[in-house]
Amino acid sequence: MTQAKALPQEALSSATYKHGFVTDIETELAPAGLSEETVKYISAKKDEPAWLLAWRLDAFARWKKMKEPKWAKLHYPPIDYQAPSYYAAPKVKAGLKSLNEVDPELLKTYDKLGIPLREQEMLSGVTPSVAVDAVFDSVSVATTYKKALEAHGIIFCSLTEALHTYPELVKKYLGSVVSAHDNYFAALNAAVFTDGSFVYIPKGVRCPMELSTYFRINTANTGQFERTLIVADDDSYVSYLEGCTAPKRDENQLHAAVVELVAMDRAEIKYATVQNWYPGDENGLGGIYNFVTKRGLCKGVASKISWTQVETGSAITWKYPSCVLQGDDSIGAFYSVAITSNYQQADTGTKMIHLGKNTRSTIVSKGISAGHAQNTYRGLVRVARTAKGARNKTQCDSLLIGNLCGAHTVPYIESRQPTARVEHEATTSKISEDQLFYCHQRGLDTEEAMALIVNGFCREVMKELPMEFAVEAQKLIGVSLEGSIG
Amino acid sequence: MLEIKNLHATIQGKEILKGLTLSVPDGEVHAIMGPNGAGKSTLSYVLAGRPGYVVTAGSAKLDGQDLLGAAPEKRAAAGLFLAFQYPVEIPGVTNMTFLKNALNAVRKARGEKEYDAMQMLKLLRGKAQVLGMSDEMLKRAVNVGFSGGEKKRNEVLQMAVLEPKLCILDETDSGLDIDALRIVSAGVNALRAPDRSMLVITHYQRLLDYIKPDRVHVLAAGRIERSGGPELALELEAKGYGEDTARGLA
Repeated sequence: MTQAKALPQEALSSATYKHGFVTDIETELAPAGLSEETVKYISAKKDEPAWLLAWRLDAFARWKKMKEPKWAKLHYPPIDYQAPSYYAAPKVKAGLKSLNEVDPELLKTYDKLGIPLREQEMLSGVTPSVAVDAVFDSVSVATTYKKALEAHGIIFCSLTEALHTYPELVKKYLGSVVSAHDNYFAALNAAVFTDGSFVYIPKGVRCPMELSTYFRINTANTGQFERTLIVADDDSYVSYLEGCTAPKRDENQLHAAVVELVAMDRAEIKYATVQNWYPGDENGLGGIYNFVTKRGLCKGVASKISWTQVETGSAITWKYPSCVLQGDDSIGAFYSVAITSNYQQADTGTKMIHLGKNTRSTIVSKGISAGHAQNTYRGLVRVARTAKGARNKTQCDSLLIGNLCGAHTVPYIESRQPTARVEHEATTSKISEDQLFYCHQRGLDTEEAMALIVNGFCREVMKELPMEFAVEAQKLIGVSLEGSIG
Repeated sequence: MLEIKNLHATIQGKEILKGLTLSVPDGEVHAIMGPNGAGKSTLSYVLAGRPGYVVTAGSAKLDGQDLLGAAPEKRAAAGLFLAFQYPVEIPGVTNMTFLKNALNAVRKARGEKEYDAMQMLKLLRGKAQVLGMSDEMLKRAVNVGFSGGEKKRNEVLQMAVLEPKLCILDETDSGLDIDALRIVSAGVNALRAPDRSMLVITHYQRLLDYIKPDRVHVLAAGRIERSGGPELALELEAKGYGEDTARGLA
């Protein structure tokens, strides 16, 4: 009879994860387990200076005394830190000099992921729009347009390479925003990080391309521990994007990254993330445990840092990209879309620490929860006594799909400055039956309708993404919700 | 075009349509009038396939094809369009995006080539102009912050873009001032065509001054009680539904 589709009640079929394949490639793998020996092994692999090994060992000693944080609204079985291998790298020919020598198997992998690792020929006057650093398991396997960027004085390379080529710069800034003791996962990362990207934009330079890093976990029984460090000198500008995917596996894999940003006087850093780690299957089996520390320091006057994140993947997300607004008149922003379906859990948000005068921050968080998922926004706005005239505006919106999921908002506001203005607004809504029927009547099926409505809900955030990635991210939102509709 | 036979439908177990029979030939405009609670909106929702409305007996066919067994989006693709009495807001989705998605979904279902953004923009601008709608309105989120008149105009714009075979206008005149009524009616009249039929549901004769119907039906207590030419609407305006309601309830 005419009883048409009812509202989604629960996740019925499995979401379609399009990046779940495994690359068959010979891999150099450290023995499983975590000890001082592991830390030394990684450091030796990378032929690191003594100061860095000492820094790692200090972090490891601290980590052993620390406890895994339990305050987040996340439930997962205890993580066995001794189980995985902490170093996995595809075996490559020695003396690799050009992209032509990258293992064809890796090129194929990135092709399949839609990430171009071949540089297009530069036509006169035309600058390609995106440069990529590709991190595969524990190492960076290729970085494109390095030379073209060097012409502007811009450094864009793997952190390992930067350690050897620009040791002073790395030493000056590594750990300057997120110390090796910052928290449990940051300490673990400091001890065992293997690679990541390094960016330096010199004074007065506006980076002519989008810079991006693509993180890929491939090998089973490993984790990924990368560090990204971006320094934007006075009056410079850079827009950076990271993406990440991993194969479908029944076992959980740990990802604990650290990102540090430093913006000097009047510099601007836009940092965007499209996080699409394997989320686990429709029964909550498998998926990445994503425990990430990201922080930007607005060190200079009138500097700007914005975090934009589209979080669709991972079984567990624990992530609070933050801004320390130290320079007077500096500006921080956090734009977030977090989608959880099936049994995914996300506890994500930001910290805005106002130290300088007239510092401003904006937080826009959109949480979407479907299936049995739990989605928490957790955010801190702290205004120090020194931050005269500071302002913050926070908007947190949650959208529920079905009756079995949860959305939670946990704002912390601490102000010690009477002239500060802090605003917080939060809403929770459901996709209404009226909206769905209206879309259906116009010819859209349930999945198209949901993708449209959810993308509309996220619009304020999506428009902050670089254009090159916005369309992909929109599609990803549709795909992430596939199967969460009854 | 539209053939409804002995249609019975319930909502939450309560029977609203009680054996409704109605036939709308190609290219004709039929008005459905009737007192509150007679089942006018129910008829439009049942034809469009709104969840919660259960057909217990009877049939409805569009160009010989069964409507009632199909999902709402399939009915839309088959050419059924409902102009809502209360158009729904979709925050963050621009009119342009919504219409592009809707038109392409319908075109895809009909095996036609999808429109790209440029083609769509051109098409939309042309159609919007007829209704006196600005580019700015195309960029606004669907029905969000629209006045009553703007919402109704927007419904007619969607109708013009989707080019349906059967248009059902559910109290499109409600909440319109006289100027808005004129614009909306002109938009509807512009869509009259030999291969397009319309079912105009209204309380008032007023709308029928602007959209001239070929036939007028009185729906009372879940059935078509009387049918006639345009003059029937005038008679109802003068005498009210009293007699029909009484007969329907008897």
